[in-house]
Amino acid sequence: MSPHVRYIDKTRAYYEAEGYGKPYEWAHFDDIPFTPFAAVGKPLSECRVGVVTTSDMARRSLGPVPDDPKRLVYSLSTDIPVDDLYSRKSAYDRYATTLEHVDSYLPLTHLHHFAAEGRIGAVAPRFQMIYSEYSQRKTLSVDAPEILKQMRKDRVDVAVLAAV
Amino acid sequence: MSLAARHLEAHGIPTVVFGCARDIVEHCGVPRFVFSDFPLGNPTGRPYDIEMQRGILSLGLGLLVDAIAPGTTVVSPYEWSADHSWKDKVFSKEQPFLDPEATRKWLERKDAYRALKSTGKI
Repeated sequence: MSPHVRYIDKTRAYYEAEGYGKPYEWAHFDDIPFTPFAAVGKPLSECRVGVVTTSDMARRSLGPVPDDPKRLVYSLSTDIPVDDLYSRKSAYDRYATTLEHVDSYLPLTHLHHFAAEGRIGAVAPRFQMIYSEYSQRKTLSVDAPEILKQMRKDRVDVAVLAAV
Repeated sequence: MSLAARHLEAHGIPTVVFGCARDIVEHCGVPRFVFSDFPLGNPTGRPYDIEMQRGILSLGLGLLVDAIAPGTTVVSPYEWSADHSWKDKVFSKEQPFLDPEATRKWLERKDAYRALKSTGKI
């Protein structure tokens, strides 16, 4: 098996070669927060699972959606059939794969099955979309708090985040 | 995405991140991470491979429960394909990551951000 792709090095070299200026400084922290699962106080089979994605989802049945210039967090119901969902994301490896199959990056179908099988308690009523932002400050001060607010309102116990 | 996971975790919600850019996620540092050595786009399994998708999701849910320390990465055992040549082509001149329209939008957002920053608005 070949080593995994070093995206930080690759993107730096790529954009330098393209003539862009100062390389992007990827977020880095020395400390990592941690909430042990035991702190939830119940088994996973009773937990409500929240879902976050960077896949910029929209509904086919509602037609084209204009871009949000503020790129704020938004949510959709987890009960929308996945066949009615599509991704508007353009930043993925379009040569090697596709975003045609929603569950390959937003596992709603499987989470619903896991809930039906009793492996998790329930899927949260809505899932959140967050944009991959140039500004880490916006993500930290605007987007992440909004997701937390929505998840608290939905009484989410644990969260699954899938980064396209 | 990593920053959002960190924020939720810091406020009492255990999280697991699924991703394909191991260096970026680990450089940031997240509590729990399921890494799939796949092209960017399918962090929860190859398209239309239901068993793989369920397997990767199960790995993540297991990690949610079992992790005893932050910064725990589980490497998915699934292989994208026997051919790994896609890794060499990522971000190459032959395969520009974004198409021209997406590049234009990205540059517009970048300029707007710099303008706001230079005027002290962010």
